[in-house]
Amino acid sequence: MNAVPRRDNYDVVVIGAGPAGLAAAATAAEAGLSTLLLDENAGPGGQVWRAIASTPVTERDRLGADYWAGAELVQAVRASSAEIIQRATVWSLDRNLEIGVSVGGASSFVKARRVILATGALERPFPIPGWTLPGVMTAGAAQTMLKSSGLVPDGPTVIAGQGPLLWLLVAQILRLGGRIDRILDTTERRNYLAALPHAFAFVTSPYFAKGLAMMREVRAKVPVVGGVSELAAAGDGQLATVSYTGSGRRETVPAGLLLLHQGVVPNVNLAMASGIEHRWDDLQLCWSPVLDRDCNTSVEGIAIAGDGAGIGGAGAAVVRGRIAATSAVEALAPAAAAKLAPMATFRAALAQAERGRTFLDTLFRPAPQFRIPTGDTIVCRCEEVTAKDILDAVAIGATGPNQLKAYRRTGMGPCQGRLCGLTVTELMAQARDKTPQEIGYYRLRAPVKPITLAELAAVPKTEADVQAVVRG
Amino acid sequence: MTIRVDAIIVGGGIHGCSTALHLCLAGMKPVLIEKDYAGRHASGVNAGGVRQLARHVAEIPLSIRSMGIWERIEELVDDTCSFESHGQVLVAENDAEFDACRARVAELNALGFTHEELIDAVELRRLVPAVAESCPGGVVSRRDGAADPARATTAIRRKAEVLGATVREGVAATNIRRQDQLWLVDVGADTYAAPVLVNAAGAWAGRIAAAFGEPVPVETVAPMLMITSRVPHFIDPVVILRGRKLSFKQFANGTVLIGGGHLATPDQDRNQTVLDWRSLAVSARTVFELFPVMRSATIVRAWAGIEAKTRDDLPVLGPSARHAGLYHQFGFSLHGFQLGPGAGAVMTELIVNGGTQTRIGDLSIDRFHLSHPKT
Repeated sequence: MNAVPRRDNYDVVVIGAGPAGLAAAATAAEAGLSTLLLDENAGPGGQVWRAIASTPVTERDRLGADYWAGAELVQAVRASSAEIIQRATVWSLDRNLEIGVSVGGASSFVKARRVILATGALERPFPIPGWTLPGVMTAGAAQTMLKSSGLVPDGPTVIAGQGPLLWLLVAQILRLGGRIDRILDTTERRNYLAALPHAFAFVTSPYFAKGLAMMREVRAKVPVVGGVSELAAAGDGQLATVSYTGSGRRETVPAGLLLLHQGVVPNVNLAMASGIEHRWDDLQLCWSPVLDRDCNTSVEGIAIAGDGAGIGGAGAAVVRGRIAATSAVEALAPAAAAKLAPMATFRAALAQAERGRTFLDTLFRPAPQFRIPTGDTIVCRCEEVTAKDILDAVAIGATGPNQLKAYRRTGMGPCQGRLCGLTVTELMAQARDKTPQEIGYYRLRAPVKPITLAELAAVPKTEADVQAVVRG
Repeated sequence: MTIRVDAIIVGGGIHGCSTALHLCLAGMKPVLIEKDYAGRHASGVNAGGVRQLARHVAEIPLSIRSMGIWERIEELVDDTCSFESHGQVLVAENDAEFDACRARVAELNALGFTHEELIDAVELRRLVPAVAESCPGGVVSRRDGAADPARATTAIRRKAEVLGATVREGVAATNIRRQDQLWLVDVGADTYAAPVLVNAAGAWAGRIAAAFGEPVPVETVAPMLMITSRVPHFIDPVVILRGRKLSFKQFANGTVLIGGGHLATPDQDRNQTVLDWRSLAVSARTVFELFPVMRSATIVRAWAGIEAKTRDDLPVLGPSARHAGLYHQFGFSLHGFQLGPGAGAVMTELIVNGGTQTRIGDLSIDRFHLSHPKT
């Protein structure tokens, strides 16, 4: 595996080697396009298939069949002509399709004729009192440790939240001998009713049987408290207790670890920084890129596939990766496109893969009190800004997330809004009685991941620089 | 509906906001029209330098006037604007540059300006301990400093509103026209009418001037800035270089702002800019050479604000040469932030009194239209 891109120019550059990126790279390379696949992790797989090529967890049933489905796609990409670079952090992409990428502490620029973003999802912020205490972490972070190192919790552990990933993680932890003392299910009771009209599609989707079996497996081993409507972590410099109200009772339990999860949302940072238009999704409660049916964005030449295009899960991600790449092949090498599977088969496959998604989105729509905090609860971790601070700024004239920066510096820290952005938008929308779409989001800017000054200073000089030196 | 006001200001940058504020202080009721929001472009995202240092002689009187207002900015707008005064230092990197510094200070002294002071290597090292050993000296302007541009522009806008200005944000001023001695401007479904129109529309101001028969050689530019992660405190004054494009400022929270005028590609009609990372790399190399302490800092974010740059790099400030009641306040050419408070005060004097004590004659719009030979 090479450390820097071999060329300055590629037909297709795919960013992210999860399900969508792997499928896109395989399709583009198979059609004979020069293809570069850049991925930030040590190995391919993204989040859902993290460490698929290196996990120490070898007993296949522990991580489930869906996990191992990724191995085949990884093989296909590795066997293709696609150039794959791991541990490659893409920190810039612009409307000229120029990509700034850092590999092993050195940055370079490559140009693409087509870019396919497959940067996946992030966990939704879960801003409850005490969520910034050491000992509180996201379920996704716990899953990363589990998949890449086989590490599971062994002290008193509470997991709180909702959604398919929450149950999957508990099942995986238990199968590997880990400890979960209690599940605090924050799914709102009324969501069951709201989701009912979509139940048929879900029951007939591949999620249903798997989900049901997994929940049954978990419920047999761990007490589950349903209808949790209040949640707080507390401790003196370290998590000590978790308090909650659920099933009509208030209770405080000791905990050394609290895992939080209320679903995932598109990871929009690179896409937004490159100027791609996004819109607020009222069902998934997040920003999603505006796309045509071939996954093309508002910026000519850039497509988005996978959960970054709107949460759809791994199955849909693979199909959307193929659609985006097929569209690129149609544009760049029409002759080769004729040899690929017809677009219609992908569209049918996508409809099948997305079956049941509305049910899940409706059922697992996070409750307002867990999205829009109040009082002293921290919203922006980087600058330690509370919900009250933000409401105070609104009261004296801050109208949106970008204006808020002038008052509180929210979103200006190293996380670039990943941990506070959605909260700030929804909080300000509520305070100003506007829609999130009207309130907007932070204007994001490269580098979307920090690079060192030394690294930037070391990028290859331009011709103009060289000439200046020669003249001087 | 037509709404009668005392003045219509187009553009909610620091200049438009400052003029609105000063008009209110003079007892007038202006409306300020901003197509985005106040401070959205250059005024909110510039380096925040409050600098008299190294200015063109033609704008020094305005800069000095403005400095006096900055020094009591909290009194004026009820907000510190994060203004701090640790001086600004111009660094000469070699003897030739140092000679140029010496000549410049002598020229200013001969004109009666004393804010710039020549400093030797010892004083330079005292003011900027981290600077490379090889630098022979430079120039300091000790009253200079920096402020938070978004916070300052927002605070000035807010105070103007408190004092009675109407601020219309998010809707563009359209159909600007003159009728029966009044200027009329449409804002959505409303029409504002006033005897006075102030063109403070920044990168968009050239279009307004041209529409009224006063074209100005002005281009739209987007100077880039980048900011680092927090590093231990090592520098107080703002530092600029004599010979290379660099400005450098450490904030109280430890982050360091790196600028200097390398340009992004603006897309004015989309409100977007495309950054030029190869030019930012040149800035990074300059910092790398000059401030070894910065080498391991990380770049957290880079950006560029859209603004207007004139052919002679001087602003257009003063009444129109063709139309009664029209005033221009634009084209600040990458150095307008510090001038904002003073320009608003001067503009108000021009509007209310018909003249000002501050010398701004060289900034008038007719310098582009009269006897100046074409070059």
